[in-house]
Amino acid sequence: MNHAPRPIGGGLITPFTLFLAVLAAIGGYFVLQRFIYGFNAAAAFNDGYTWGIWIAYDVVIGTAFGCGGYVMALLVYVFNKGKYHPLVRPALLASLLGYGLGAVSVVVDLGRYWNMWHMMWPGYAQPNSVMLEVGLCVATYVMVLFVEFSPAVLERFGLTNLKRKVEKWMVLFIALGILLPTMHQSSLGTMMVIFGHQIHPLWQTTLLPLLFLMSAITMGFCIVIFEASLASAGFRRPGEAHILGGLSGVIIALQLAWLATRFADLHLAGKMDLVLGSGWLSGFFLAEIALFALPVFLLLPKANRTSPRPLFLAAVAMLLGGSLYRIDVFLVAYFPATPGFSYFPSVPEILVTLGIVAFEFLAYIVLARTLPVLPGVEPAMMAAQPAE
Amino acid sequence: MSISRRNFLKAATVGAVAAVAAPGDAAARGNLAMPPQALGLLFDSTYCVGCKACVTACKQANAIPFATPVREAHRDTSIDIGAGALNVIKAYRHGDASVKDREINGFAFAKKSCMHCVDPSCVSVCPVSAMQKAPLTGIVSHHKENCIGCRYCVASCPYGVPRFEYDQAFPAISKCQLCRHLRDEGRIPACAESCPTGATLYGPVDLLKREAERRLAMTPGTLYKPERGQAGSGEFGRPRAASTYVQHIYGDKELGGTQVLHLSGVPFEKLGMPTLPDRSYASVSETIQHTIYAGMAAPALVLAGLVGIISRNKKKSEHGPEDRS
Ligand code: SF4
Ligand code: SF4
Repeated sequence: MNHAPRPIGGGLITPFTLFLAVLAAIGGYFVLQRFIYGFNAAAAFNDGYTWGIWIAYDVVIGTAFGCGGYVMALLVYVFNKGKYHPLVRPALLASLLGYGLGAVSVVVDLGRYWNMWHMMWPGYAQPNSVMLEVGLCVATYVMVLFVEFSPAVLERFGLTNLKRKVEKWMVLFIALGILLPTMHQSSLGTMMVIFGHQIHPLWQTTLLPLLFLMSAITMGFCIVIFEASLASAGFRRPGEAHILGGLSGVIIALQLAWLATRFADLHLAGKMDLVLGSGWLSGFFLAEIALFALPVFLLLPKANRTSPRPLFLAAVAMLLGGSLYRIDVFLVAYFPATPGFSYFPSVPEILVTLGIVAFEFLAYIVLARTLPVLPGVEPAMMAAQPAE
Repeated sequence: MSISRRNFLKAATVGAVAAVAAPGDAAARGNLAMPPQALGLLFDSTYCVGCKACVTACKQANAIPFATPVREAHRDTSIDIGAGALNVIKAYRHGDASVKDREINGFAFAKKSCMHCVDPSCVSVCPVSAMQKAPLTGIVSHHKENCIGCRYCVASCPYGVPRFEYDQAFPAISKCQLCRHLRDEGRIPACAESCPTGATLYGPVDLLKREAERRLAMTPGTLYKPERGQAGSGEFGRPRAASTYVQHIYGDKELGGTQVLHLSGVPFEKLGMPTLPDRSYASVSETIQHTIYAGMAAPALVLAGLVGIISRNKKKSEHGPEDRS
């Protein structure tokens, strides 16, 4: 039995990777425009919607998609579920890319980026700011992820001594890798509490941090399923449904807990009549709820849990639900204090976001082909999928 | 699952849930109090004639170029605040707009500029102290040399005041700072200085509030000579018959109060001023933050717990069949 991670090899230049590279280059071009001419050369931001999809998608949703490494570490090292260990490294790589590019997006989105270091400088840093906590926490976490992933790089280049030294401290980094996302994923919700009446009451609540954290954790599990499914299809490897299926239970539990929290909160605040009584916003709310509930229905039948398709669908539903929830809080249910503004992302703005996503996929493919990330597979297993 | 880990997780969960779910306990941060020598403005919509002298004077005082040639400054086309205007006068009109300060078939003027909140959201959200509230005067200032351009203040200000430049490579935030640079020269804010009728009056907030209360108590029609420029200066505008006021001082209680107070003859929502609760948004947000992060004690505790559990689990699995780290 040898499932130790191995580079999967294979060519780096394929039509697909070239396509991704072109997308990334287009995104890069518009980022350059933004830095030369200002935001509106690439984005549709205005004083009503000063944050657009570069924050709502690239940072807020992007880092939630980057929660795979966080939740797998939680599962394997805290809950001691060793059988998921082969999933940790690929999840860490995806997290590193998700968070790394989330951090890049923040810099692109900072209007006065040259002052960025002020966040780390005692005379400037302002501890009441939720933004400060998110910023520092995310920056630290990117470094932690880098250390957590470093053994893969060190292994590849045969730096066993250094690897051993890093691993001596690994416990601390794993612990930080669980603490930090818990902090900033909840803070991303806290960030919107101060928006007060600018956020529609169906979404505005002091429980935003809890709802953001819980859904980020589920999104972490779902992204692991999503990536593993894509990786086995894209790299033509045996599926991992037999391991992934084990995550169904925790996903169901988390979804039910989230839904219960959401409705209990609305009920206690006396806002139940808004559920159906908010016009087109009710549509968004119900779509969210449906996407959160769908995984529960898909995964409740035991037979579905080990079959790739329902598992994949459940993961996709939750990833969409979690994303829609975030888009709703940050953009759809946000009504600027000054009426009269409207916002829809411009084409270049969307191309920047697409470019970032393309770069993420590209980097994942290149690194999975060249570094020991994905669990090794016996040649015989390539033909027939084993049931463990 | 071993007992100690179960206990730890239970404690951590309970702690986390209690921390986020129960604001309003002993740790709750209340609204900030009015600063001892708070300065502000009283804008009385019923005295405003819409001449926009304050808009031009504000631009002059803050070195902002006019949108029109100086001779036509009274026709200034600034319709919203931003880098091109820190203060604008807006008009409300309804139906045939025949009577001033009347909701139906009437019209009225509104002033839009920073409210200098007692417990400002912009100061609470700013990660790098680029928004500051002066401890004595309470003037909310912006320090662009600190600012990183995150626009959290733009998005979160309940009155939509801070604005940003989206067409500049090196943009900045703009916002009324109550002409704090003129105070050093012994001058008062340009809008109050230039207002011919006394609709915009500058002064200590307690005097302004007393003046506002006096006006609300007047019988409509009473001839009244409003003070002009600075409260207590002894300078007066032309006497006018008092209007029928909405019996409310806007800014007295809104989100913990503001240092710019407004009076109006038409409902405040018509002038674009939202109906707001008494508790400041900043206090709600900071209560959550402080409960979770007070002295970073809870995070440190969780980290210690995690290190303990992980190292024990790792040790256990190193002897077991799962070793693969
Ligand atoms: S009105 Fe807005 S910008 Fe002015 S002090 Fe209040 S929160 Fe800050
Ligand atoms: S844009 Fe500038 S002033 Fe506003 S919150 Fe960000 S750093 Fe502070």
